[in-house]
Amino acid sequence: MQFKLPLFPEQASSVAVQVDAFYLFLVLITTFFSLLVALLILFFVIKYRKRPGVEAEQIHGSTLLEIVWTVIPLGISMVIFVWGAVLYYHIENPPANALEIYGVGKQWMWKFQHPGGQREINTLHVPTGRPVKVTLISQDVIHDFFVPAFRVKTDVLPNRYVYSWFTPTVPGSYHLFCSQYCGTKHSAMIGEVIVQKPDDYAAWLASGKAEGSLASMGEKLFQEFGCGTCHRPDSGARGPSLQGLYGRPVRLSDNRVVVADDNYIRESILNPNAKIVSGFQPIMPTFQGVVSEEGLIQITEYIKHLSVQESEPLNNRTNPTELRDNEVPTIQQELQQGSQPAPTPGKKP
Amino acid sequence: MSTAVTTVKPVMPAKHYLNDNYGIRSWLLTKDHKRIAVLYLVSITFFFFLGGIFAALIRLELLTPQGDLFQSDTYNKLFTMHGVNMIFFFLIPSVPAVLGNFILPIMLGAKDLAFPKINLMSWYIFIIAALFSLAALVSGGVDTGWTFYTPLSTGYVRTNVIVMAVGILIAGFSSIFTGLNFIVTVHRMRAPGMTWGRLPLFVWANYAASLIMILGTPVIAITLILVALERGFHIGIFDPKLGGDPVLFQHMFWFYSHPAVYIMILPGMGVISEVVTCFSRKRVFGYSFIAFSSVAIAVFGFVVWAHHMFVAGISQYSAMVFSLLSFAVAIPSAVKVFNWTATMYKGSVTLETPMLYALAFIGLFTIGGLTGLFLAALGMDVHIHDTYFVVAHFHYVMVGGMVTAYIGGLHFWWPKMTGRMYPEAPAKLAALITFIGFNLTFFPQFILGYLGMPRRYHSYPEEFQVLNVLSSAGASVLAVGFLLPLIYFLWSLKYGEVAGDNPWNATGLEWTTTSPPPTHNFHEVPVVTEEPYAYGEEEGSGVH
Repeated sequence: MQFKLPLFPEQASSVAVQVDAFYLFLVLITTFFSLLVALLILFFVIKYRKRPGVEAEQIHGSTLLEIVWTVIPLGISMVIFVWGAVLYYHIENPPANALEIYGVGKQWMWKFQHPGGQREINTLHVPTGRPVKVTLISQDVIHDFFVPAFRVKTDVLPNRYVYSWFTPTVPGSYHLFCSQYCGTKHSAMIGEVIVQKPDDYAAWLASGKAEGSLASMGEKLFQEFGCGTCHRPDSGARGPSLQGLYGRPVRLSDNRVVVADDNYIRESILNPNAKIVSGFQPIMPTFQGVVSEEGLIQITEYIKHLSVQESEPLNNRTNPTELRDNEVPTIQQELQQGSQPAPTPGKKP
Repeated sequence: MSTAVTTVKPVMPAKHYLNDNYGIRSWLLTKDHKRIAVLYLVSITFFFFLGGIFAALIRLELLTPQGDLFQSDTYNKLFTMHGVNMIFFFLIPSVPAVLGNFILPIMLGAKDLAFPKINLMSWYIFIIAALFSLAALVSGGVDTGWTFYTPLSTGYVRTNVIVMAVGILIAGFSSIFTGLNFIVTVHRMRAPGMTWGRLPLFVWANYAASLIMILGTPVIAITLILVALERGFHIGIFDPKLGGDPVLFQHMFWFYSHPAVYIMILPGMGVISEVVTCFSRKRVFGYSFIAFSSVAIAVFGFVVWAHHMFVAGISQYSAMVFSLLSFAVAIPSAVKVFNWTATMYKGSVTLETPMLYALAFIGLFTIGGLTGLFLAALGMDVHIHDTYFVVAHFHYVMVGGMVTAYIGGLHFWWPKMTGRMYPEAPAKLAALITFIGFNLTFFPQFILGYLGMPRRYHSYPEEFQVLNVLSSAGASVLAVGFLLPLIYFLWSLKYGEVAGDNPWNATGLEWTTTSPPPTHNFHEVPVVTEEPYAYGEEEGSGVH
């Protein structure tokens, strides 16, 4: 047994410093009030111990004191609340320019994919100095992505993407824990986050054996499953075109408008009838059990690229034609009207 | 026994509830609330030590970083059974079903609870529930954690989840019946002159806890039925593979299980109000503030459940609302702590064993409560959620708070329940050992949690070892502190000094009757003419 007695975890992200400052403030408050109560008790026990001939003085209470010790704790707790809420908002909302990495949790391992197609298991390489956003999903039970050195944690749910983001600051190797109990080998569902200087990270990326970028792998799957048979950018298509879809609002057949984000795309592949785009028939078969979570991420990444590649959506219905004029998918209408600004991607649902 | 200034040596009353009847039938078919309290006492003591054995095995495993003592599955079963036993079969019934059952009707000047047969039935239901839980244990245990999170519990683990869920479901009915009985008794069975403003604070606290029992417990029943339906019949409610929503389970589970924390702690707070006044020889400071803070905790307690779910995928704005409300529930707890402390001011303080436990409670509960602020603060909770910080926090509240209050209350009312005193010197020693052992066990866990050690880990990185060894060492000290009372309480049944009616010179109707009380509690109906805690004037003269 080595004698190591650390009191603080390493600080390896920009937010770690802020969380620790908040922590120290709370420790100070807690120590103050604990000592106040403990010393008062000790003082009263000694000062007012039973003495011969001295009776207790009967006091019923004091409304003034009650107000004082209601209002002061209330004031302090409101400060804590606001500080905590502001920090939380910062921790929970990734900036738009973050480097995107994808992770899948399963009993009992973590699998990560980088945009360039590099994959790792139970290890995650990230560069210093820029925000990194990890999009996470579980393929079985609830897991939890916890990197103590970054002070971030998020439950990784089945059936829904969640996000964690951080800006690593110090190169090194840090613990990655699953902190939501997930069955037999919960405590073995651990890994390493390896923070590297940008150059080293680039070198690591280059050395990785990738079959191609995530988007290209997604394209392969797209073709393999024959998605393009229906999802074509022409007028006769039986499915809505996916060009320029990502991050845009979509009008559904029941007139609701939803944003085509990762969760929407994933749901539309696995449970196509849940949301039908206005003007189309519910004819798509489900791909539940056919595409893996990694595959879904790749297809989504491909669809994202369809938006990036083309500055102008290539759907023939961008310019309403005589064909099915009444059925024009509303993405384009919304765009023409300019009524719906593109939402900030990655907002936690 | 410094306070019992008696000129004549007290003698046992000739006839009391313990010798009114003999034989196993007279116990198993009793409708006397005092005997039912004793039945509960024996049953939950068993579960306390059973849960304690699980805890000891957990601490033994965590001595070393490698998971080398048990298999992972065994370890997971140990912490699950520890949680289930301690929460559903010890903490929830502890003060209400034992001390409350025994003392509450006597405090009110009543002959019994409003529904004596339902009271007996609640014990039988508890025993049936306990048998289910034990059946789940001996047939392989359960490894879901006491929280039964879905879809792990419904679709993945292979253990006897349904048997255990049925056990907890049944135990809930026992709790509902106790709560119902208390509420009706407080409303309908008070002695003449026992107005709401004269109710002992122990009664207020149990009344508030009873409200939560009858309003909250049905929700855990429904939740567990849904878990059983999904697990047994694959009806999709929580598992996304069946079209369900796993986070829904957490909402439903915590809607009960957070208020359940107050079912556990409120009655303990009631004990503290009785003990601190008695051993300070003082009226309680701010009676109505303590009484209403109990009710406030019960009410606010129902709207803070999602603070268990800040990183579980709920919306950021609802997280903020639940955080704000969680700070609101901290205020009544703070008010109580300040009022208890102020009660000692200008008192005439003596440090008998119950008082030692009460003072330990105030200190430990303060730490437990204040560390709750860390967890209610959103940005902080992200880091410490599901780590040992949470484990330390709730053990400070549940063991440092509730168990301390329960053991303190047991010492306080032991002479009333048995007619005999426990031996003071070993009892003080046990209180001291418990206090030291407790802090040594759980304080290092706050640091472990901030360092990032997750809960429910069978093995851990080796830099956490020193703190874990400290914690395990503390646990062995704590075990001594818990075993000592078991020994000397049993010893005192035969060899303890005869206590007399009022060994503490305390106020309150329970001290005006004999120790042990007669079967019908009072020989004539008491009439209350004074405020509670009328110390100072003619002590113990609340009845004329």
